[in-house]
Amino acid sequence: MKIVLFDHSFEGLLSAIFEVFHLRLKDVKLVGKNNHAASFFDEEIWVNTDQVKAARVAKGIIKYGGKSDLTWLYRCFLSELAEVPQLIFDYLRQLMVDKHSGKNDFSRDAVIQLQKINKMIGREKHRMDAFVRFEKTANGLYFARIAPDFNVLPLNAKHFKNRYADQHWCIYDVKRDYGLLYDLESIRQVHLPSVNTLLHSTPANLLAEDEVAYKKLWKNYFEHTNIQERANKKLHTQHVPKRYWKYLSEKYILDY
Amino acid sequence: MNFDRIKEKLNILADAAKYDVSCSSSGSKRTNNKKGLGDSSGMGICHTYTADGRCVSLLKILLTNHCIFDCAYCVTRKSNDIKRAAFKVQEVVDLTINFYRRNYIEGLFLSSGIFKNADYTMERLILVAKKLRLEENFNGYIHLKSIPGASDDLMYEAGLYADRLSVNIEIPTQNGLKLLAPEKNREDFLKPMKKVRNEIVKYKSEKKLIKSTPVYAPAGQSTQMIVGATNETDAQIMYTAAHLYKKYNMKRVYYSGYVPISYDSRLPAIGTEVPMLRENRLYQTDWLLRFYGFSIDELLNQNHPNLDSDIDPKLSWALRNLHLFPVDINKADKKQLARIPGVGLKSVYKILQARKYRKLGWHHLKKMGIALNRAQYFMICDSRDFLKADMSAQQIKSNILTQGKSKYKPLFNSQLNLFE
Repeated sequence: MKIVLFDHSFEGLLSAIFEVFHLRLKDVKLVGKNNHAASFFDEEIWVNTDQVKAARVAKGIIKYGGKSDLTWLYRCFLSELAEVPQLIFDYLRQLMVDKHSGKNDFSRDAVIQLQKINKMIGREKHRMDAFVRFEKTANGLYFARIAPDFNVLPLNAKHFKNRYADQHWCIYDVKRDYGLLYDLESIRQVHLPSVNTLLHSTPANLLAEDEVAYKKLWKNYFEHTNIQERANKKLHTQHVPKRYWKYLSEKYILDY
Repeated sequence: MNFDRIKEKLNILADAAKYDVSCSSSGSKRTNNKKGLGDSSGMGICHTYTADGRCVSLLKILLTNHCIFDCAYCVTRKSNDIKRAAFKVQEVVDLTINFYRRNYIEGLFLSSGIFKNADYTMERLILVAKKLRLEENFNGYIHLKSIPGASDDLMYEAGLYADRLSVNIEIPTQNGLKLLAPEKNREDFLKPMKKVRNEIVKYKSEKKLIKSTPVYAPAGQSTQMIVGATNETDAQIMYTAAHLYKKYNMKRVYYSGYVPISYDSRLPAIGTEVPMLRENRLYQTDWLLRFYGFSIDELLNQNHPNLDSDIDPKLSWALRNLHLFPVDINKADKKQLARIPGVGLKSVYKILQARKYRKLGWHHLKKMGIALNRAQYFMICDSRDFLKADMSAQQIKSNILTQGKSKYKPLFNSQLNLFE
């Protein structure tokens, strides 16, 4: 078997797929370079990311499957799951034969798997729309930390831009150490070395004057809008899984 | 701002508002305007969930819990000895804006006890919404309560600023209302509802001609009924709901299991369990009415005035109508598919899409995630396994119940025994 390796970008994957088609390779497996364990029996092929080649594959996908296919595959790619590159490749091979989208063929295994992953991505993206908790810092920036299961932050950009058009904000993915920064005009991807990714919230001395008071009000409200007689712990954790509590000010202990 | 005082008020007025179930923030079309704050054009978002598992989407508070009425089922009734408080208009505005900016909420749900009279109260509610929209350029979601008995002019104005308006019917039957809230009458609830419905219709038709017509209550109207406070049947509740959907173009009717809050002998005693299973069955019925093409008399009628507690209403209907089954998954149309127990609308979509490519067998359906434990008795597909032929309704039901694992199972036995 031939193992085709690429860096972990979407363009990298498309470049790799380009090479597989171009060289007419048979019996291949596409693997992101960090997910690969070398084996004695397999031949390894390293593919460099090439924007031109990637663009040609993207164009091909749009030609046969439409734009929605490309977005769909991109979203699945953001899951960072090890099996996704191969699934995308399998899907594309069929797409090039059929010459029309098979995205809704729920009787095909690869499609069902990709649809499932896409659903997971959608859920995570939606969770981030909900679970971002901005903290107003002393310099007026609204700053939030998140640690989503998948790399969904790029999908959230538009939602937050539409919503908070009149405030400076930054959402920082502490797991992947990058964030989106909005400056009233546009959104930039930033890496901020000054952010301590180990903390779950911003230290009190960096916060705006009334920030702690609002955090407390929110937590209070959260507790008082609960109906004791209907307590349902299981349902609660199902909707707000524990791994997110760290960054939700109504769930963590406010030690101010 | 005096945060300690605000905190105290917030606690009292959130406590008083929490029995209102509605927390939806979807269905509005208000987009961000001139780089202002907020946008409620997308889907609704639940920003968190309380320990009872209910969604927190809006800042849900009363403007005040002072009230001139004495409705037995309500915590803020006049005769109840509780702490009272009232927000100033500006305080509500500040809270909403600051919570919204931190992405805590989707918007505001403002209700109120009735002080002085209906119009005076309604005016204050409108004032908050108006301030948010005009002074703060706030485009988030606003849900205002229509105060029963408020004048038409005020209801008209409310719709200009709010995304949704709601009046709670609370008690589904006339007799119940007479018993628990003798000072109120049905007409007072229906009057603002009618006005808003008419305005929505009018604005919609104007919008077709003139594109710049402003939005009027774009997320429509909703209402709520308390379940289990009086001895109403499921049929009475659902026929009322169906009537409201039809005649008043309601977006939603909510069903709220009564949480005992009073020693009043007319009501279930404190400590009585909240009828959550019943609430769940009513919502299932509601969905069948709105999305699955069922009509109310198919699900509830004189022979079946109450829903089954141990099986869902669709399954219950199917068992009464076995002559309509089995349905061929590979040929049936959308409507027929949607009537198969265990097949929801998402499954219907998947089946319709997938069968364009090939005939579907059991293994396809299983992989799609269709609840075959129920569905298998009501369908045929591309397979020779028709083992389910000629089973009686009773057999099917007991098969499903023994194989299934409902979270409500502990409740079934006790409730079943009651009727047997």
